[in-house]
Amino acid sequence: MKRTNEMIVALAVMAVLIVVVWGVFAVGDNMPQGASAYSKNVYELHNLILGIVTVIGILVFTAMFTSIFIHRKSKGYKPAKFSHSTKAEILWTAIPILILVGMAIPATSVLIDMEDTGGAELNVKVTGYQWLWKYDYIENGISFYSALDRDSNRVRQRGSGEDPASVDNYLRNVDKHLVLPARTKIRFLLTSDDVIHSWWVPDLGWKRDAIPGMVNEAWTYIEDEGIYRGQCAELCGKDHGFMPIVVEVKSPEDYRDWVAQQQTSLADAAHDASRLWTRAELMDHGANVYQAQCAACHQDNGGGLAPAFPALALNGQPTGALEDHLKVVMDGREGTAMTGFSGRLEPQDIAAALTYTRNAWRDGDGVGDGEIVQPATITNMAAELSADQG
Amino acid sequence: MSHDTTTVNNETHEVVHGHDSDHHAPHRSGLARWIFTTNHKEIGTLYLVFSLIMFLVGGAMALVIRAELFVPGLQLVNPEFFNQMTTMHALVMIFGAVMPAFVGLANWMVPLMIGAPDMALPRMNNWSFWIMPFAFTLLLATLFMPSGAPASGWTLYPPLSLQGGNSLAFVIFAIHLMGISSIMGAINIIATILNMRAPGMTLLRMPLFVWTWLITAFLLIAVMPVLAGAVTMLLTDRFFGTSFFNAAGGGDPVLYQHIFWFFGHPEVYIMILPAFGIISEIIPTFSRKPLFGYVSMVYATASIAFLSFLVWAHHMFTVGMPLGAMLFFMYATMVIAVPTGVKVFNWIATMWRGSMSFETPMLFALGFVVLFTIGGFSGLMLAIVPADFQYHDSYFVVAHFHYVLVTGAIFAIMAGVYYWLPKWTGHMYSETLGKFHFWWSTFWVNVLFFPQHYLGLAGMPRRIPDYAVQFAEFNMISSVGGFMFGFGQLLFAYIVWKCARGGEKATAQVWEGARGLEWTVPSPAPLHTFDTPPLVDDTVEHTDKMYDDPDAVGAK
Repeated sequence: MKRTNEMIVALAVMAVLIVVVWGVFAVGDNMPQGASAYSKNVYELHNLILGIVTVIGILVFTAMFTSIFIHRKSKGYKPAKFSHSTKAEILWTAIPILILVGMAIPATSVLIDMEDTGGAELNVKVTGYQWLWKYDYIENGISFYSALDRDSNRVRQRGSGEDPASVDNYLRNVDKHLVLPARTKIRFLLTSDDVIHSWWVPDLGWKRDAIPGMVNEAWTYIEDEGIYRGQCAELCGKDHGFMPIVVEVKSPEDYRDWVAQQQTSLADAAHDASRLWTRAELMDHGANVYQAQCAACHQDNGGGLAPAFPALALNGQPTGALEDHLKVVMDGREGTAMTGFSGRLEPQDIAAALTYTRNAWRDGDGVGDGEIVQPATITNMAAELSADQG
Repeated sequence: MSHDTTTVNNETHEVVHGHDSDHHAPHRSGLARWIFTTNHKEIGTLYLVFSLIMFLVGGAMALVIRAELFVPGLQLVNPEFFNQMTTMHALVMIFGAVMPAFVGLANWMVPLMIGAPDMALPRMNNWSFWIMPFAFTLLLATLFMPSGAPASGWTLYPPLSLQGGNSLAFVIFAIHLMGISSIMGAINIIATILNMRAPGMTLLRMPLFVWTWLITAFLLIAVMPVLAGAVTMLLTDRFFGTSFFNAAGGGDPVLYQHIFWFFGHPEVYIMILPAFGIISEIIPTFSRKPLFGYVSMVYATASIAFLSFLVWAHHMFTVGMPLGAMLFFMYATMVIAVPTGVKVFNWIATMWRGSMSFETPMLFALGFVVLFTIGGFSGLMLAIVPADFQYHDSYFVVAHFHYVLVTGAIFAIMAGVYYWLPKWTGHMYSETLGKFHFWWSTFWVNVLFFPQHYLGLAGMPRRIPDYAVQFAEFNMISSVGGFMFGFGQLLFAYIVWKCARGGEKATAQVWEGARGLEWTVPSPAPLHTFDTPPLVDDTVEHTDKMYDDPDAVGAK
């Protein structure tokens, strides 16, 4: 009689638990299947483990709640006296071990596959900076920074008064996409220039830390063209939440066109580093560079953020002599978050950013009449710097 | 064996004698009573009150975080301050709330459970508590310094942690002080348990709470110095020009993570093993049935402690380790599921065919078993390296460790407080309010943390002050849960305060099914108990006699 009672209650409890679990799975998000061969393996592995623990959970909680409903004092249930059972204890040690072995086998095989970075057709170096990414295409010399897009950056400022929902892909958009070919084995080399970052695009199925002084490897093989978004996953300072990643996957043919086009502009850039620029050109380009590289710390108005990030301009006037300013930008300032940009930006970028910071806030018209800096000055200075150090 | 018992007995008598002088000394009153006390019960109370205050402080910080994350966009705080909040919330909750609460419970209950008159080293006991307010003054003062509180996460990973200002030095000294306090507390607990047990209280007759604390104390002594070493290297890197973790100077930032997590993973068990002990006391009491598989519980606890030293790198699968290392740490981590499973199965087997009643401590214990197990499941998932490449540093991890720490450690602490509160105060707490507190907390804590699993799987990283709009709904739900759960804890403080002030008189045994020496002393427990050690014997006749006539067995 008692046994049947327990069985009926157990079945009822189990039915309720199954409904609850079904609800829990129906309501929320699951891991994305992703776009790479590897990400689908991870997704299936995740589902397998989740399924196993769910079944175990339903069985364990069924036993527990059945007991709670039946074996209660208020129903006059008299307590049994038993306090051990060798058979049961061996059973519930051995069975979990077998289940774990069952989990470890697929996990091991997926992991081994994932660690095999050999045979890549394309190598992309990913460098983390506070707070943007740099991508170097090792084979074809393309190299660029990728930072939070300007719309997100404007809206995300505290007190901007704008609705994040009004921005497309708020905080998940960048000024320049990482363009990759579909159906190609791509190896990533990840490192960092300052603190530890972590490069994570869920649709690729993994994240990997970008660590200063170390180069990590990972690979992907993306099946489908499309745009995949992610962001930095390792706390890297105040704007950790604002360094997204956008991967644009093109067909191999379109990718080749893109590479050709990039290489043309690379030639233009080389020319840009040597020619003379007008004030308007420098100010225009400088605004972009300043926004991507400087504004996170020194703020849009150059006012800085006391005490860690000093002001670049007070009442519109630059706070220091041009020569000191140049030196700090090129070399960085030891013991602070200010990094040296001599090896990080092109001469024309530095020249433009310097021109911009020394003029933008001077007289309200955003053009200014102060000193301008030409790319050639930066090139010469970089040469002197490396001569000093060498 | 009998020889051993005699030795223990003699030592016990010496300590009792040493304390006799205190009986006759005029008892200090007011603040001095608390500053100079060497009494384990008073020090236990100090620890518990301190822990409650820190719980509310750390909780307030969590509410700043949840308020900022209520909707997308930055409304309330700057990113820098947000990072200070996530860092300080963790440091305050781990070192200020959870750990001192367990030490407080150990101070109160371990001597009572093993029939000892006090802790073995009462003056050191006083000191180990009174270091804590100074440590936390240093730590919390950084919030008001020009360079702000630490903002690099509680793990203080370099190089990021080295970018902060001079306040880092204050944080590191605060951590040193907490470490010294913990080590002294641990030494005291080990010395007490190994030397001061009543005659007949053999190791395998000790209540499980005592066992789990004995093992935890060894963990503390083993790993707190490791943490001290790690943060000292940070200190010299930041202020004295060394390059332990600076790649440009030949150091290795990942080295810090290895050292930190060699402390950090045992630390996780420091925060959960005593919780296992509390639950193992409460479930038998309210099931009116002895604990199932006592010996396997002890071995399971010891195995978990041992394994905790072999799994540290599962916190850092994404740093780029050799394949062999990842496989080792994955397998070792998965193995922990076995002893942990044994514990859960034993608790359920204890309930099975018992005669259960559901007073507040039992409700919290049952809540613990269900919700801690859910946290254990997500922990097992996190051990699977390829899947961890997705979960790592996402809200899935945040959900996981809040299930094991809030509905695990903190639910167990609350269960323990409700369980022993009548013994401490001599009054019953309000059962109606207690039950309301349980149901309120349990409902809202799940609203708070369960959706975070979804957020993590959908790709939201942890420690971000603002997020993409696709994460908005679950963040809003989580924030509502956070505020409801958080404010519900003021009710807990009120229930404890009200119970301390008065209420229905508690009997010595308090709970019908309670077994153990602590229930043989009157409620409230007088300042000095077991001046004459009780005789312990686990025969049924002896135990029954102990409750019917404590004098006859010297248990008073």
